[in-house]
Order: sequence, then C-alpha cells, then structure tokens
Amino acid sequence: MTCARMTDTKLPIQAFDPAKVSKMFMARAHPGWLGLEYSDHGENWVELKLPWNEKLLGEPDRPVLASGPIVSLLDMASGMSIWCARGTFMPVATLDLRVDYQRPAKERAPVWGRVECYRITKSAAFVRGTAHDGDPEDTVATMAGVFMTLSADPKAVGRQIKAQAEEAAKKRESGNG
Amino acid sequence: MADTPGLPAYAQALGISVHEIEDGTPVLTVDFSSDVEGRPNYYHGGAIAGLLENAAYAALRAALLADGREAKLKPVNITVQYLSGGKPETSYAKARITRMGRRNANISVEAWQSDRSKPIASAILNILMA
Repeated sequence: MTCARMTDTKLPIQAFDPAKVSKMFMARAHPGWLGLEYSDHGENWVELKLPWNEKLLGEPDRPVLASGPIVSLLDMASGMSIWCARGTFMPVATLDLRVDYQRPAKERAPVWGRVECYRITKSAAFVRGTAHDGDPEDTVATMAGVFMTLSADPKAVGRQIKAQAEEAAKKRESGNG
Repeated sequence: MADTPGLPAYAQALGISVHEIEDGTPVLTVDFSSDVEGRPNYYHGGAIAGLLENAAYAALRAALLADGREAKLKPVNITVQYLSGGKPETSYAKARITRMGRRNANISVEAWQSDRSKPIASAILNILMA
C-alpha cells in the first residue's frame, strides 16, 4: 500500500512507501543503533518495532526497558507518519514531544510504536500515537507531538541518508557479522 | 570510558557519562556519534530525550541518596521541547528538582552544547517513587 497525499496537491506526485524505505532509514544512525524495524503502515500512520535488547535497560536491578528508547521509537514513527501523510520525504525537526507512560513494557518483549499524522499545515505537522507490547489496545505509553518542516533540500538529505545507510551496511559486513 | 556508577545500561550504551557534580547534582554528557545521530549531522530527537531523561533520573537518585531514601522509580511522563538542532558536538544536561514529594517528583531538565546560556532542549518529567 502506498501512503495518502493528504494535502497540497502541488507537491510532486511521488508516493512514500515506508515498507520500502525503512531498511535504509533504520540501517544508520540512532534508529540503527536501536535496531528499529518496520512493522506496518496505513494512509497516514506508521508502526515500527523496537526489539528487546539488554543494553536498553533503564534500571540497574530490574529488567525493565528504559523510557528513552520508547521516545526514540515514537519520534521515528512520527517522522515516517508525516512523510506517509505527505506522500513524500521531507526533512523535519521535532518541536515538542510528550509521552505518558501507562505501565512498564513486558520483560524481554519487543515494543511497537504506532503514530498517526492527523494534520499537516505548511510548516507544522501534528502527530499522536501509542506504544504497546503485543496488544494495541493495552498501551504501554501514549504520545503527542508537533514537528516542523525544514527548508533543507529533501533530495540532498535523502542522498546523505542513503550514503550513510550503505556505509553502515558495509561496516556490518566487514565486522563480526 | 569514564566511570559511571549508577547510570543504567541504556545510558552507558548510548555513551552518556557523568561530566561533573554541581551542587550535589550530576551533570551528564554525551559525545556526538552515529549512535545519537538523527538527520545527517544532527542529534536524533530521541537521543536528546534520552540524555534529558537520564539527567533527571540521576538528579533524583542523588537527591534520594542524600535524604537516605530508597525508592523504585517509575516514569509517569516526559514533555520535551526542542529549542534548536543538536549540532555534531558534545552535549550536556542537568536537572533541577522543582518539587519533591513523598510519592512524586516533578523535575525540569535542560540540555546545552558549547554555550550553556543557549539550551538546545528542555524537558519536564514526573517520576513516581514507589
């Protein structure tokens, strides 16, 4: 499925496909460090998966996932939901992000972050989402955020991301596997 | 790597360490690397939130220790304001406990880079102490 183009018909007709581009976006930088994976998407929402990882524990004596990685998961899913709703990639910056934690995530379980971009204006994008550990109705956290669109050239930034993703893949191949 | 007692696995894995202790409150720091990068050459919003959050927890743990209290900490919420893009340089964060109750702590945090008077992000957290 391709994403909707919610607004602004003057934008170039170029469907953004989160399933396709996820590999590149998740191969590099902070999302790559977290090991984020594509899970699902709709017209204006994207769901990503954060696999369980011991290095992300937030307490010295309890196997509880820190809350920081959940913010990162939801932040990344936010960006992708915006590109989905817009129908095209564009550099964005987080302005404001709020996360409410309902309960700790299950031990040794992945966490999914699902974010919907419900409104886009010329310069801002509004998102809301949830994090869950298997049952989307039984949320671990809920979030709301506002993003700002940047004037940087999307094509140039896209090329940089692609080059970094390729470099990260090469490093992994030549490393310990 | 600097000795970082008390910092959780997540903080240490991300490269966060204690820069110094200022009036009993830890100032945390992280160097720029691909691990904390978002869009090319800028910090990821999530990594900045991670630095802010860890600074809040470190301040609260230090305050509890000073009071001789022991508590399990549970996050209630975090609201992050991103004030300017995080450039590819070292970042710092320090928290202030606005209100410390018996069950809840309200904490504000600021993160900055080369110029402390120009924060790059701030956050407010509520943390339950069980």
